[in-house]
Amino acid sequence: MGFNEIDSTQFVETSSPKSVNDRLFRAVNIFLLIFFAIVMILPFVWLVSSSLKTQIDIFQYPPDFLPNPIMPENYVNALTYKPFGTYFTNTLIIAGLNVIAVVFTSSFCAYGFARMRFPGRDLWFGIVMATLFLPYAILLVPSFIIFARLGWVDTFLPLVVPQFFGGGAFNIFLMRQFFRTIPEEIADAARIDGCSEFGVYWRIMMPLAKPALITIAIFTFLFAWNDLIGPLTYLRSPENFTIAVGLASFRSQTDISWDLQLAASAAVTFPVIILFFLAQRYFIQGIVMTGLKG
Amino acid sequence: MALQNKKKIEPEQNWIVQQYNRLSLKQRRTVMGYIFIMPFILGFLFWFLIPALVAGNLTLQKWNLISPPRYIGFDNFEKLLSDPILGQSLKVTLIFSSISVPIGLVFAFFLAMLINTKVPGIAVFRTIYFLPSIVPAVANAILWAWLFNTEFGLINFIIRALGGPKIGWLQDPGWVMVAFVILTIWGVGGSMIIFLAGLQGIPEIYYEAAEIDGAGRWAKLRYVTLPVMSPIIFFNLVIGFINSFQIFVSALLITNGGPQNSTLFLVLYIYRTAFQSQNMGYAAVLSWLLFFILMILSFIVFKYIGSRVYYENPGD
Repeated sequence: MGFNEIDSTQFVETSSPKSVNDRLFRAVNIFLLIFFAIVMILPFVWLVSSSLKTQIDIFQYPPDFLPNPIMPENYVNALTYKPFGTYFTNTLIIAGLNVIAVVFTSSFCAYGFARMRFPGRDLWFGIVMATLFLPYAILLVPSFIIFARLGWVDTFLPLVVPQFFGGGAFNIFLMRQFFRTIPEEIADAARIDGCSEFGVYWRIMMPLAKPALITIAIFTFLFAWNDLIGPLTYLRSPENFTIAVGLASFRSQTDISWDLQLAASAAVTFPVIILFFLAQRYFIQGIVMTGLKG
Repeated sequence: MALQNKKKIEPEQNWIVQQYNRLSLKQRRTVMGYIFIMPFILGFLFWFLIPALVAGNLTLQKWNLISPPRYIGFDNFEKLLSDPILGQSLKVTLIFSSISVPIGLVFAFFLAMLINTKVPGIAVFRTIYFLPSIVPAVANAILWAWLFNTEFGLINFIIRALGGPKIGWLQDPGWVMVAFVILTIWGVGGSMIIFLAGLQGIPEIYYEAAEIDGAGRWAKLRYVTLPVMSPIIFFNLVIGFINSFQIFVSALLITNGGPQNSTLFLVLYIYRTAFQSQNMGYAAVLSWLLFFILMILSFIVFKYIGSRVYYENPGD
């Protein structure tokens, strides 16, 4: 299901353009393809280029397209300006715990929704779907009050513990869709051999669901890496900050120059892009599965 | 050793097993089913239902997080009606949503059609179109603040090189909305992929049948592609709409609500009320308001647009 494997297409007849009209259409199509590719990639190029410029060059008008001289030390300066090592560790702890929570509890709940028949199931699944469409912003203040009463403010707990309760509607939904594609005969065979329902879930379904589990693990990791509003709301002391909060604090300090802001932004973006290239097919699968089978 | 261990826990286990064995097959299935979905039920209770009730209670209180909350009756609701900043916030949120959602939808569909093509290296194009949507929100905000910089930004450089004026993207209340729409549609990669997958699921035979009936390229789009794709278009519309109402990070970091509150979107206003003005009671009222607005708007969307969606397999 990666970009490479997605098969082409109905829209443009490729094998033998039938007429001048078709050939023209194809030429326009390719022209637009290249034009928009340039439009989409230009901001990235500009980010990297600006992040490597000197403080003087960055404020040149008209700007030079390529940095000269090249300043890789901007990255070192940006990442040591604030304790990004600590932020990185914090982010990894939060993201790691989120991934563990989501992989186990969302698959567990999803198994119940996908594979068991019992009264009230569809009602509860309806509630899952309703929470999927309920924006986090609505719950921002109410949840904060709960966590403040629990005394969890300025700890990682508000960012981690809720994930152990089903891991979010999106992930339950995705896992359910996946479990439903596995033939029931496989589970029945295991039951006849004396496997309990937990055994079917753990020994039969989980190994088969590996691609879907990797997909939700990646999405969860990415969400935790990128999330600003959660950590910004709950984390107060700088030694608890995540990468996103640390980077955001660059913006509020006016004394930090553009070259450092941009170098830090690029440094935070690279891991995400590398992750994308390593796990392309899971990205696409996750998006397509949640998008289409609703 | 193992045997001994087993014996020790047996009595306790026996009771549960006995109770469980007494149930009928149907009852057992129900018990197992609820055991499986229990994490979600508890999570719903702890992190949705109780917070919602607490927020309901809080709407009647004044609480700054430090001194104990105090009941003030319906003062928070009265404030709702006479709050000029709320009016401004609602206005800009609605304007942003009603511009960025349709444009984003059309653009994502257009890009999906473009990359639904067989040319060498198409995977590279698909990747390039998709990448903007996974850039971390904070990095994205800093990047666009730089691109829209009036004096040294790339965008004004290109416009001026083409003979245009120097635009105050982030200083002019009119242009700042355009800037936010541009940076939003740069990240439509997610919807684009959903559209692409949908386009590839359309059976070739539909197009062949349309061709036999003499349909041109435009007619095929109008009478085959769009109807078959309508559930996916609708899905992306609803998602895009909900996301547009939650715009926060870019508003906080690029403009911090300015200029003249022209990017003080609703979530940013709620955030400020709660965590900067420390007015938790009023913030709870605003949260409920956001909830009701989204309910009403979703209802309208489902009723008037959802009913036009064409489903190939009804009830599936």
